[in-house]
Amino acid sequence: MSDLVLQDVRKAFGDTPVLRGVDLDVRDGEFLSVVGPSGCGKSTLLRIVAGLEVQDSGSVSIGGRVVDDLRPKRRDVAMVFQSYALYPHMTVFENLALPLVMRRLHAVERLPVLGRFVGHSGRKRGEIAAEVRAVAKVLELDALLDRKPSQLSGGQRQRVAVGRAMVRRPKVFLMDEPLSNLDAKLRVQMRTEIAELHRRLGVTFIYVTHDQTEAMTMSDRVAVMMDGALLQVDRPRRIYADPLDRRVAEFIGSPKINCLPGQVVAGGSVDVAGTSFAVPARLEPGAGVTIAIRPEALAFTDRPEAGVLSGNIRLTEHMGAEVYVHVDVPGLSHPLVVRPQLPLRQSLERGQCVHLAPSVGSILLFDERARRIAAKPAEVMAMPTRARR
Amino acid sequence: MTAVAEPAVPPGRRARRLPSVEALAGYALAAPAFLLIVVILLAPAAGVFAIALSDWQFGATTLTIVGLDNFEALFRDEVFQKSFVNTLTYAAVVVPATVALGLVVALLIHSAPSLSGLYRTAHFLPVMATLAAMAIAWEALLHPTIGLINQTLEALALPTANWLRDEGAVLMTLALIGIWQNFGLAMVLFIAGLTGIPTELYDAADVDGADGWFERHRLITLPMLGPVTMFVVIVIALRAFEVFDTVAILTQGGPQNASQVMLYTLYVESFEFLRTGYGAAVTVCFLVIVVSLTLLQARVMDRRVHYT
Repeated sequence: MSDLVLQDVRKAFGDTPVLRGVDLDVRDGEFLSVVGPSGCGKSTLLRIVAGLEVQDSGSVSIGGRVVDDLRPKRRDVAMVFQSYALYPHMTVFENLALPLVMRRLHAVERLPVLGRFVGHSGRKRGEIAAEVRAVAKVLELDALLDRKPSQLSGGQRQRVAVGRAMVRRPKVFLMDEPLSNLDAKLRVQMRTEIAELHRRLGVTFIYVTHDQTEAMTMSDRVAVMMDGALLQVDRPRRIYADPLDRRVAEFIGSPKINCLPGQVVAGGSVDVAGTSFAVPARLEPGAGVTIAIRPEALAFTDRPEAGVLSGNIRLTEHMGAEVYVHVDVPGLSHPLVVRPQLPLRQSLERGQCVHLAPSVGSILLFDERARRIAAKPAEVMAMPTRARR
Repeated sequence: MTAVAEPAVPPGRRARRLPSVEALAGYALAAPAFLLIVVILLAPAAGVFAIALSDWQFGATTLTIVGLDNFEALFRDEVFQKSFVNTLTYAAVVVPATVALGLVVALLIHSAPSLSGLYRTAHFLPVMATLAAMAIAWEALLHPTIGLINQTLEALALPTANWLRDEGAVLMTLALIGIWQNFGLAMVLFIAGLTGIPTELYDAADVDGADGWFERHRLITLPMLGPVTMFVVIVIALRAFEVFDTVAILTQGGPQNASQVMLYTLYVESFEFLRTGYGAAVTVCFLVIVVSLTLLQARVMDRRVHYT
């Protein structure tokens, strides 16, 4: 049982609050990503779990044991750093062996020459070497064991850093943006390898990243963090389809979700850029709300009726497998981004007038404080308020 | 075949194949620096070597070429032998002590940011101060009867000595002054080196279990300071071999040549006895020793230094 539980963890650097009361419950063997923009406090959260930083209040427990007073090495966690933090003067073998050497050998046994003749040093060193070689084999580092980190490529260094964490068989793996120093191609490859590694080891992974793709593709659950607070912790699919906060909806998804400012005109209707959307939720007339629509939830239509947004095409981005169309809608400060289904049945010329209808059930509604109004997307429906024909 | 052989061509061979205009431009651009090196370094060194082969005395209008006689006399000269051994002893004490002290003070200052500016300045002052003036202050401190050092030792009922007039104590006293004067420089360089060590390495060591004071330094600080240490050792060694001011002001090589050092011997022979040819021979020896030591150090330490 190595459930990781954080209770109301708070941290401030001077007068600047970095974590504003974080509660988190990570199940044994779960892969949890903490994602958020830089400076949101996600790395600090990870460092607090590792014990490299001490929280101002709240508590951290691993496997049912409160670890607040334990030093990092006693917490049974391993960490992979963004810069890999390999020891530059040691070979790959020595780097991989170090956590075991520090753990299993006494100070005397660790002495350079003398240490080999003390106690069971020889046997222990043999065991350590065998374990290091086993890990190196898994990570395909066998041929590199005698190299120094400076002689390795970025991907190889990354693998050594993962190996150094693996070799100890920790209860919890902490990863702090481990892929952000790699080029795009290698990042995709390592993403698969880390996910594969998690499946094989079956231990808890906490993976901090600012890259939503990494978070969404690798994780069992994603925790979206902003301004020192966790906005939502949920499965990737639900984070995308059912965001509880406008900032979550805006952060996850590329291209970004379209957020349209609207005003409640009567109990069941919201006015946006000159057209009205019917919503079943009970809303105070006059209240400001935000209607959010994913780019793929907008479809071209021939009929400019209520609940349909009309505008002129500003730009068409061809991405190969998909097309992003930017549409200037009068009354909106930002162009709407549309990702239509391919193949397209119509041409998309710049300046051309198009009408866009959100698909049924796809509209997300947020109040002025960025919170979701309806619990289920189905409750907000794009229906014409009056039937024309 | 050619494609394989291509990368094996050394850079020098390729340079020769450059178009002549480019080559000329290259030489023209390098010429001012080369000229300066010739005028400032190579020509004077050659001149000194030439004088060392003669019996020229400063101000004399005639000279005879005596070949290697000066060098032969030099190696038989007991004063020179003494000054050679003294210089090595002085350096052997000053270099390790200065580097160690500089490192310890740098670690202390680096570990506690409060007042670090003050400590840094205080420890660096001796490096900037005029050593001639400082030597006189030291002379007052080391005075056998009214000096602060002996009075303090007496008050503590510890043995005293005539620090600058005792054959056994004088070289170590000068070495202590040398350490005092130089460790600030080592400290400043080490602080710069410490600032460059990524903190993530210490974090990694914490997680890996190497979180003790000794282990952290053994695992990270010392290896990461490798390049800086190499530089510090060379700089301090050169400064130690060049010891002159304190000897000239405080002891004049005495008593009984117990504080004769090479640069002081050189000065006395050349400018007091005006045996310029002989002095030049001392200079050549000094140059050979310093240059070869520097090369040796650079080579030995370069192998054990880890540039990242």
